[in-house]
Amino acid sequence: MSANRKSMLSSAIISRAIRDSFIKLNPKTMAKNPVMFVVEIGTFIVLLLTLFPGYFDTKDDIGFNLTVFLILLFTVLFANFAEALAEGRGKAQADSLKNSKKETSANKLVGGVVKVVPSTELRKGDVVVVAQGEMIPGDGEVIEGLASVDESAITGESAPVIKEAGGDFSSVTGGTKVVSDRIVVRITSDPGESFIDRMISLVEGAKRQKTPNELALNTLLSSLTIIFLIVVVTLGPIAGYLDIDLQIPVLIALLVCLIPTTIGGLLSAIGIAGMDRVTQFNVLAMSGKAVEAAGDINTMILDKTGTITYGNRMASEFLPVGNASIQEVGAWSAISSVRDETPEGRSVLELMKKQLLTFDESIAAGSDFIEFKAETRMSGVDLKDGRKVRKGSVDAVKKWVTAQGGSIPTDLDGGSDSIAREGGTPLAVAVDNRIYGLIYLKDTVKPGMRERFEQLRQMGIKTIMCTGDNPLTAATIAREAGVDDFVAESKPEDKIALIRREQADGKLVAMTGDGTNDAPALAQADVGLAMNSGTIAAKEAANMVDLDSDPSKIIEVVSIGKQLLMTRGALTTFSIANDIAKYFAIIPAMFILAIPEMKALNIMGLGSPLSAILSALIFNAIIIPLLIPLAMKGVAYKPMSASKLLSRNIVIYGLGGIIVPFIGIKLIDLVVHLWI
Amino acid sequence: MGILQIIIVLAVLVLLVKPVGSYVYHVYSNEPNKTDRIYGWFERFIYMLIGLKHRNGMTWKKYALSFLLTNIILVAVGYLILRLQKYLPFNPSGIDNMEETLSFNTIVSFMTNTNLQHYSGESGVSYFTQMAVMTMMMFTSAATGFAIAIAFVRGITSRGETIGNFFEDFVKSHTRILLPAAVIVTLVLVALQVPQTLDPTLTVTTLEGATQSITMGPIAALESIKHLGTNGGGFFGANSAHPFENPSPLTNVIEILSMWVLPASLPYVYGRFAKNRKQGWVVFSAMMTLFLLFLSLIYFSELRGNPAINALGVDASQGSMEGKEVRFGIPQSALFSAVTTAATTGTVNNMHDTLTPLGGLGTLGEMMLNTVFGGKGVGLVNMLMYAILGVFLCGLMVGRTPEFLGRKIEPREMKLIAVAILAHPFIILVPTAIAFLTDLGQGSITNPGAHGISQVLYEYTSSAANNGSGFEGLADNTPFWNITTGLVMMLGRYISIIAMLAVAGSLVRKQWVPETVGTFRTDNKLFYGILIGAVLIIGALTFLPAIVLGPIAEHLKLG
Repeated sequence: MSANRKSMLSSAIISRAIRDSFIKLNPKTMAKNPVMFVVEIGTFIVLLLTLFPGYFDTKDDIGFNLTVFLILLFTVLFANFAEALAEGRGKAQADSLKNSKKETSANKLVGGVVKVVPSTELRKGDVVVVAQGEMIPGDGEVIEGLASVDESAITGESAPVIKEAGGDFSSVTGGTKVVSDRIVVRITSDPGESFIDRMISLVEGAKRQKTPNELALNTLLSSLTIIFLIVVVTLGPIAGYLDIDLQIPVLIALLVCLIPTTIGGLLSAIGIAGMDRVTQFNVLAMSGKAVEAAGDINTMILDKTGTITYGNRMASEFLPVGNASIQEVGAWSAISSVRDETPEGRSVLELMKKQLLTFDESIAAGSDFIEFKAETRMSGVDLKDGRKVRKGSVDAVKKWVTAQGGSIPTDLDGGSDSIAREGGTPLAVAVDNRIYGLIYLKDTVKPGMRERFEQLRQMGIKTIMCTGDNPLTAATIAREAGVDDFVAESKPEDKIALIRREQADGKLVAMTGDGTNDAPALAQADVGLAMNSGTIAAKEAANMVDLDSDPSKIIEVVSIGKQLLMTRGALTTFSIANDIAKYFAIIPAMFILAIPEMKALNIMGLGSPLSAILSALIFNAIIIPLLIPLAMKGVAYKPMSASKLLSRNIVIYGLGGIIVPFIGIKLIDLVVHLWI
Repeated sequence: MGILQIIIVLAVLVLLVKPVGSYVYHVYSNEPNKTDRIYGWFERFIYMLIGLKHRNGMTWKKYALSFLLTNIILVAVGYLILRLQKYLPFNPSGIDNMEETLSFNTIVSFMTNTNLQHYSGESGVSYFTQMAVMTMMMFTSAATGFAIAIAFVRGITSRGETIGNFFEDFVKSHTRILLPAAVIVTLVLVALQVPQTLDPTLTVTTLEGATQSITMGPIAALESIKHLGTNGGGFFGANSAHPFENPSPLTNVIEILSMWVLPASLPYVYGRFAKNRKQGWVVFSAMMTLFLLFLSLIYFSELRGNPAINALGVDASQGSMEGKEVRFGIPQSALFSAVTTAATTGTVNNMHDTLTPLGGLGTLGEMMLNTVFGGKGVGLVNMLMYAILGVFLCGLMVGRTPEFLGRKIEPREMKLIAVAILAHPFIILVPTAIAFLTDLGQGSITNPGAHGISQVLYEYTSSAANNGSGFEGLADNTPFWNITTGLVMMLGRYISIIAMLAVAGSLVRKQWVPETVGTFRTDNKLFYGILIGAVLIIGALTFLPAIVLGPIAEHLKLG
């Protein structure tokens, strides 16, 4: 599904948006957007003047009035179109989710007997059996068994994931499919409240609530609208003293040009598109507020394992002991790992290549592979010639060698201790009764993390790494990854204490988590990103869920939040800065007939009073669709300090907002003036 | 030479800002300091007298209520004195009681620090009234404004629940700032030949043998607080153009500085409270930039003179001297006009009605913004309101929800600010339109065409900004004008003050957001630009259409 999400801005969406922009003309809907509602009322008044010219004594101006009416109508339609278009992608996505919600039958366990019922009849607490090839009928928790589940309906990821009873991988989602084995699931949600249901309503934007920042901005835009309403209404009587008779359509044109229609028309589209960008990113935000909060984050708490590091330890060095050479340690390590499919095993072979060491693969031919077992804590191969090669925990290997009568090289303990001190894990490598050396296993930081933390620092975000490792290990990884701070030997309750401490300083905190014991911290954090693979408790406590279960995505979510806020600010500034040029177009045009000297104010040299008014009005209308792509995509954002960002954006959207309309109105006037 | 005169006064002002600002900061910081020894005993006596035992901090609601009740009581007392002055002492010239609507207008005018005068000082009020109402209110209204500004600044810069104690601020404004300063300025003015007497009107026989009545009175005392408190109500109808009120260029400079230095030092006080002086200097620089803009407009327009008169062959090198005093000339008149409308004092040393159209626009513009230094306290509060607006509009562009001084700007603050920014154009433009729509209003306009529009616009703008200067010429002592301007003055003062106190009350309780490199900074050059932009785009564009029909149309027609 993720593949076709990108190409969803199809003609179907566009034609649906065009239809919706007319439906949204309903005054009841429009009243929610005071700025555009005023434009709609103005449109209606001009329509009356056009339709009943006899009654209003406007016969002479019918052509002008009709033109003004059409431009105003398109202004409203463009604004509606922007909103409908932003909603469109979510609606289309919701439709495809609804398809996966098809009613299925469920094998409900009633008193140990399986009974087939429709999935809609399942209630919280019911227990169902799901076998290979069947759809899981509702959200729930695996209470018995282990199965691989295809979750592509939600995550878009086609590789199945393992779900098993107990632990942090027990939650399953309705609408996903069991690909192998059989599990018993306890249903945890009633119909209509399932994860897919919530997801549908979120992407559809059905329950979209305005965020506090949107509300505050709306208040400001509404009061600017009222101010300009006062300006325009009082202008008539004042001008009357100079015997200037101002036509109502001209006053309405002035009003519509002055009120912030650009941002008023695009505001909700910006919000919806911001949420949508998060969704495209396969993160499900429970509210727009959560996305905005992501932009405000001051502190980010990251788990070491899985987020900053791969979590599995990689071979990074061979340390010979006794009188062995590096070549020997490497070769025996490689031979012991030839058939070892664990990440550690594969990393040994990669290290050989990196260090340009070679070994004779024929030695290992036809050998028996000895798997790692918790009791032996070693793995390796038994060669055909009878030699036994082992690698494993230092203690285990020492015991194994001693049992065969071998001796322990004196520098072994020193080497293994120093590896442990640096935060690594030592593996000893032995052949029969001789220990050749150590493999230095390191927890490897994911590539690019350092740069990303540097970017976060530039944005003013502090990163704190949490890990269960000892302080030494933690410090090493922290230094390597470049995080600002770390908490070693941390327990889940430490995390919530850390969040509270940061919040007490007024900081907004983001964190990721997946386990049930992360749930309180996820709830406490301002932005909690739960992994879809995590437990239900974690997902419910969080305000965002990452469908791909990639905890490092939190960093991108912050960028999206910032981008959303910047887009809103940029377009607001642009919209308000536009007023200067519009004043210079309309004011001289209104008064020039009565006071010819007003032509001194016509600094754009617009053709005629009528063409000046129409040009300003046309500019005002077409700027909305021209800015739709920007509203949908968001303004370009690169992490940098606030001061740099601000100077850059002020130049583009503030100064640009002053200059662009001068040029735009002049160009439109050159065309319009051909007729009038 | 003209420009040099102006530069010297500007330089003295800039040098005074830091010392005066530091003094004012220490007055209100409520931390023990050396001046306590001088004033402490007197203040403790007053606190005892008014029963102020514990000077606990107040919530914004309690603060607003305290200041409103204090003002209501003062208005009631003052109104009674105006209506009964005939029966009261110190009325050697036997002046009659004041008419109802004029009394309403006058009392509102003085309580709101406006000092719009629809009466003439010489014939309308007794000496007692001048002292007990006019001079008293000049102190109390200025002290109220001061207290409000400080409370607002405390609200946006401190954390907790309280924005200070109104009564303590109110008393300290008198004892530590206004009274000592007024005594000093009065003595200086007396030394410079400004009369201070309780003698009745002097009747003299002129050289021609005619008799002439010369009105005198306690002028120097009123003159000092008239400027210090940015009040502006003159002893005489001619205000500071009258030789008794303002006899020489030196008194002129003293009057300019005494009305300007306190409003100009308030941004510095704010910087001290914010524990970041740069914050204060940014606000000061923005105010100063706007001021210089308007001052240049007035100065160069007046210097250029009236082309219509110049065309008649009148010496154009003097500039437009119509309505100006020869002893002040263009520079001292232009500077005085720019300062009196910037600091919304309303005192005049030349007639603003006869300024050239663009010169008049300069004075009108400063009052419309009411942030270019602005009246006692109110100017700073308004400028900080624009700062919050600037932060709100541009702050989003750094990718965070807007914060000002570490506090989030949320719907509640924006609603309150919306009320304040709506009120100003509403109370200027709506009454102006009503005046043009009704015969009651139109009947008083004494000029045809664009200048008539300027006249009406000026009257309401001056009332709304609590400036009080008039485009004299408007026949404004009628019930219509008395009542409408009285209401405008009242709304102009109290709506925004209450709204802004509420903003302070809301911000003071908020959780602080720590500053990081991701924070929008309000103490650098960029914000200085944003602040000026916010004032001009939101504050000024609102009035552009009306201004185009008034002064700009008049200017264009002059050619």
